[in-house]
Amino acid sequence: MSQKKLAIIATKGTLDWGYPPFILASTAAALGYEVQVFFSFYGLKLLQKNLDLKVSSLGNPGMPMPIPMPVLLQALPGMQALMTMMMKQKMKAKGVASLEELRNLCVEAEVKMIACQMTVDLFEFNPKDFIPGVELGGAATFFEFAGESDICLYL
Amino acid sequence: MANFDQELDASGLNCPLPILRAKKALAALESGKVLRIIATDPGSVKDFDSFAKQTGNTLLESGEENGKFVFLIRKA
Repeated sequence: MSQKKLAIIATKGTLDWGYPPFILASTAAALGYEVQVFFSFYGLKLLQKNLDLKVSSLGNPGMPMPIPMPVLLQALPGMQALMTMMMKQKMKAKGVASLEELRNLCVEAEVKMIACQMTVDLFEFNPKDFIPGVELGGAATFFEFAGESDICLYL
Repeated sequence: MANFDQELDASGLNCPLPILRAKKALAALESGKVLRIIATDPGSVKDFDSFAKQTGNTLLESGEENGKFVFLIRKA
Protein backbone atom coordinates (compact mmCIF):
# COMPACT_ATOMS: atom_id res chain seq x y z
CA MET A 1 0.00 0.00 0.00
CA SER A 2 1.58 3.27 -1.06
CA GLN A 3 1.41 6.16 1.35
CA LYS A 4 -1.56 8.48 0.90
CA LYS A 5 -0.97 12.20 0.58
CA LEU A 6 -2.83 15.20 1.94
CA ALA A 7 -2.22 18.71 0.62
CA ILE A 8 -3.64 21.73 2.45
CA ILE A 9 -3.62 25.44 1.68
CA ALA A 10 -4.01 27.49 4.88
CA THR A 11 -5.07 31.07 4.26
CA LYS A 12 -6.66 32.28 7.50
CA GLY A 13 -4.89 33.84 10.46
CA THR A 14 -7.50 33.95 13.20
CA LEU A 15 -7.52 31.82 16.35
CA ASP A 16 -10.57 29.82 15.28
CA TRP A 17 -9.54 29.28 11.65
CA GLY A 18 -6.05 28.30 12.69
CA TYR A 19 -7.44 25.01 13.97
CA PRO A 20 -8.66 23.18 10.85
CA PRO A 21 -5.28 22.98 9.07
CA PHE A 22 -3.42 21.77 12.18
CA ILE A 23 -6.16 19.34 13.28
CA LEU A 24 -6.41 17.75 9.85
CA ALA A 25 -2.67 17.72 9.21
CA SER A 26 -1.81 16.11 12.56
CA THR A 27 -4.61 13.56 12.33
CA ALA A 28 -3.76 12.60 8.75
CA ALA A 29 -0.12 12.17 9.77
CA ALA A 30 -1.26 9.88 12.62
CA LEU A 31 -3.21 7.84 10.08
CA GLY A 32 -0.10 7.41 7.99
CA TYR A 33 -0.54 10.16 5.41
CA GLU A 34 2.32 12.22 4.07
CA VAL A 35 1.19 15.82 4.63
CA GLN A 36 2.17 19.20 3.22
CA VAL A 37 0.62 22.51 4.22
CA PHE A 38 1.10 25.60 2.09
CA PHE A 39 0.61 28.78 4.13
CA SER A 40 -0.43 31.83 2.18
CA PHE A 41 -1.78 35.30 2.96
CA TYR A 42 -3.03 35.49 6.59
CA GLY A 43 -2.27 31.80 7.09
CA LEU A 44 1.38 32.85 7.40
CA LYS A 45 0.61 34.02 10.93
CA LEU A 46 0.18 30.36 11.88
CA LEU A 47 3.89 29.84 11.23
CA GLN A 48 5.20 32.50 13.59
CA LYS A 49 7.05 31.24 16.65
CA ASN A 50 5.00 33.56 18.80
CA LEU A 51 1.42 32.56 18.01
CA ASP A 52 -0.59 35.63 18.88
CA LEU A 53 -3.90 35.01 17.16
CA LYS A 54 -7.20 36.71 17.82
CA VAL A 55 -10.80 35.91 17.15
CA SER A 56 -13.50 38.39 16.21
CA SER A 57 -17.25 38.16 15.93
CA LEU A 58 -17.27 41.07 13.48
CA GLY A 59 -18.30 39.95 10.03
CA ASN A 60 -19.13 36.56 11.51
CA PRO A 61 -22.81 36.48 12.47
CA GLY A 62 -22.56 32.71 12.88
CA MET A 63 -20.37 32.93 15.97
CA PRO A 64 -22.32 31.79 19.05
CA MET A 65 -22.39 34.58 21.64
CA PRO A 66 -22.95 34.11 25.38
CA ILE A 67 -25.36 37.05 25.30
CA PRO A 68 -26.92 38.71 22.24
CA MET A 69 -24.88 41.78 21.33
CA PRO A 70 -25.47 44.47 18.70
CA VAL A 71 -22.77 44.61 16.03
CA LEU A 72 -21.87 48.19 16.94
CA LEU A 73 -20.99 47.08 20.48
CA GLN A 74 -18.85 44.25 19.13
CA ALA A 75 -16.74 46.90 17.38
CA LEU A 76 -15.84 48.72 20.61
CA PRO A 77 -12.17 48.82 21.73
CA GLY A 78 -11.22 45.82 23.81
CA MET A 79 -14.01 43.61 22.51
CA GLN A 80 -11.69 41.58 20.30
CA ALA A 81 -9.34 40.91 23.20
CA LEU A 82 -12.31 39.93 25.37
CA MET A 83 -13.68 37.53 22.73
CA THR A 84 -10.24 36.00 22.26
CA MET A 85 -9.87 35.46 26.00
CA MET A 86 -13.33 33.92 26.25
CA MET A 87 -12.69 31.61 23.30
CA LYS A 88 -9.40 30.42 24.78
CA GLN A 89 -11.05 29.76 28.15
CA LYS A 90 -13.86 27.82 26.52
CA MET A 91 -11.44 25.71 24.50
CA LYS A 92 -9.39 24.91 27.58
CA ALA A 93 -12.49 23.98 29.57
CA LYS A 94 -13.61 21.60 26.81
CA GLY A 95 -10.25 19.84 26.50
CA VAL A 96 -9.51 21.30 23.07
CA ALA A 97 -5.79 21.37 22.36
CA SER A 98 -4.02 24.71 22.10
CA LEU A 99 -2.88 25.70 18.61
CA GLU A 100 0.74 25.51 19.80
CA GLU A 101 0.24 21.92 20.90
CA LEU A 102 -1.37 20.89 17.61
CA ARG A 103 1.35 22.65 15.65
CA ASN A 104 4.03 20.88 17.69
CA LEU A 105 2.35 17.56 16.97
CA CYS A 106 2.44 18.40 13.26
CA VAL A 107 6.15 19.20 13.48
CA GLU A 108 6.81 15.95 15.36
CA ALA A 109 4.88 14.01 12.72
CA GLU A 110 7.05 15.60 10.01
CA VAL A 111 4.26 17.54 8.36
CA LYS A 112 6.01 19.66 5.76
CA MET A 113 5.19 23.36 6.03
CA ILE A 114 5.75 25.76 3.18
CA ALA A 115 5.42 29.54 3.40
CA CYS A 116 4.22 31.29 0.28
CA GLN A 117 7.15 33.43 -0.90
CA MET A 118 4.99 36.03 -2.63
CA THR A 119 2.84 36.81 0.42
CA VAL A 120 5.86 36.67 2.76
CA ASP A 121 7.33 39.47 0.64
CA LEU A 122 4.00 41.27 0.23
CA PHE A 123 3.30 41.53 3.97
CA GLU A 124 6.99 41.79 4.89
CA PHE A 125 7.01 38.74 7.12
CA ASN A 126 10.46 37.83 8.42
CA PRO A 127 11.09 34.11 7.83
CA LYS A 128 13.32 34.22 10.94
CA ASP A 129 10.11 34.65 12.96
CA PHE A 130 8.78 31.34 11.64
CA ILE A 131 9.23 28.03 13.46
CA PRO A 132 12.26 26.00 12.31
CA GLY A 133 11.82 23.74 9.30
CA VAL A 134 9.54 26.01 7.30
CA GLU A 135 10.49 26.23 3.63
CA LEU A 136 9.67 29.01 1.23
CA GLY A 137 8.02 28.25 -2.07
CA GLY A 138 5.61 29.37 -4.72
CA ALA A 139 2.48 28.05 -6.40
CA ALA A 140 4.47 25.65 -8.57
CA THR A 141 6.09 24.18 -5.44
CA PHE A 142 2.62 23.53 -4.04
CA PHE A 143 1.43 21.79 -7.19
CA GLU A 144 4.43 19.49 -7.24
CA PHE A 145 3.04 17.81 -4.13
CA ALA A 146 -0.69 18.62 -4.55
CA GLY A 147 -0.75 17.12 -8.03
CA GLU A 148 0.15 13.76 -6.53
CA SER A 149 -2.13 14.10 -3.50
CA ASP A 150 -5.19 11.99 -2.65
CA ILE A 151 -6.88 14.82 -0.77
CA CYS A 152 -6.43 18.53 -1.37
CA LEU A 153 -8.05 21.17 0.83
CA TYR A 154 -8.25 24.94 0.73
CA LEU A 155 -8.80 26.31 4.22
CA MET B 1 -11.90 -6.58 29.67
CA ALA B 2 -9.01 -8.50 28.21
CA ASN B 3 -5.37 -8.08 29.18
CA PHE B 4 -3.35 -5.15 27.99
CA ASP B 5 0.31 -4.11 28.03
CA GLN B 6 -0.04 -0.38 28.44
CA GLU B 7 -2.71 2.12 29.33
CA LEU B 8 -3.38 5.63 28.05
CA ASP B 9 -5.77 7.92 29.87
CA ALA B 10 -7.12 10.47 27.40
CA SER B 11 -9.96 11.57 29.68
CA GLY B 12 -10.96 15.19 29.24
CA LEU B 13 -9.18 15.50 25.91
CA ASN B 14 -11.05 16.42 22.79
CA CYS B 15 -10.64 15.63 19.08
CA PRO B 16 -8.05 14.96 17.72
CA LEU B 17 -5.93 14.55 20.87
CA PRO B 18 -7.09 11.05 21.93
CA ILE B 19 -6.15 9.70 18.49
CA LEU B 20 -2.83 11.55 18.39
CA ARG B 21 -1.88 10.40 21.90
CA ALA B 22 -2.85 6.84 21.02
CA LYS B 23 -0.77 6.95 17.87
CA LYS B 24 2.22 8.09 19.91
CA ALA B 25 1.71 5.40 22.55
CA LEU B 26 1.36 2.70 19.88
CA ALA B 27 4.57 3.84 18.21
CA ALA B 28 6.45 3.00 21.40
CA LEU B 29 4.92 -0.48 21.63
CA GLU B 30 6.14 -3.65 19.98
CA SER B 31 4.04 -5.40 17.37
CA GLY B 32 1.33 -7.57 18.94
CA LYS B 33 1.19 -5.58 22.18
CA VAL B 34 -2.15 -4.21 23.35
CA LEU B 35 -2.87 -0.61 24.30
CA ARG B 36 -5.85 0.26 26.49
CA ILE B 37 -7.24 3.75 25.97
CA ILE B 38 -9.69 5.58 28.21
CA ALA B 39 -11.49 8.58 26.73
CA THR B 40 -14.41 10.86 27.48
CA ASP B 41 -14.82 12.37 24.01
CA PRO B 42 -17.97 10.75 22.52
CA GLY B 43 -16.51 11.26 19.03
CA SER B 44 -13.66 8.93 19.91
CA VAL B 45 -15.92 5.87 19.53
CA LYS B 46 -16.20 6.29 15.77
CA ASP B 47 -12.72 7.78 15.50
CA PHE B 48 -10.92 4.79 17.03
CA ASP B 49 -12.84 2.48 14.73
CA SER B 50 -11.71 4.55 11.74
CA PHE B 51 -8.20 4.86 13.11
CA ALA B 52 -7.85 1.09 13.37
CA LYS B 53 -9.23 0.52 9.87
CA GLN B 54 -6.83 3.00 8.33
CA THR B 55 -3.69 2.10 10.24
CA GLY B 56 -4.00 -1.68 10.19
CA ASN B 57 -3.97 -1.93 14.00
CA THR B 58 -6.73 -4.12 15.43
CA LEU B 59 -9.51 -2.68 17.55
CA LEU B 60 -10.10 -5.63 19.89
CA GLU B 61 -12.72 -3.98 22.06
CA SER B 62 -14.71 -0.78 22.17
CA GLY B 63 -17.04 -0.19 25.06
CA GLU B 64 -18.15 1.90 28.01
CA GLU B 65 -16.99 1.59 31.60
CA ASN B 66 -18.10 3.86 34.45
CA GLY B 67 -19.34 6.45 32.01
CA LYS B 68 -16.08 6.54 30.05
CA PHE B 69 -15.16 5.04 26.70
CA VAL B 70 -12.60 2.27 26.74
CA PHE B 71 -10.74 0.83 23.77
CA LEU B 72 -8.30 -2.01 23.32
CA ILE B 73 -6.03 -1.76 20.29
CA ARG B 74 -3.47 -4.35 19.27
CA LYS B 75 -0.50 -2.99 17.40
CA ALA B 76 -0.04 -4.48 13.93
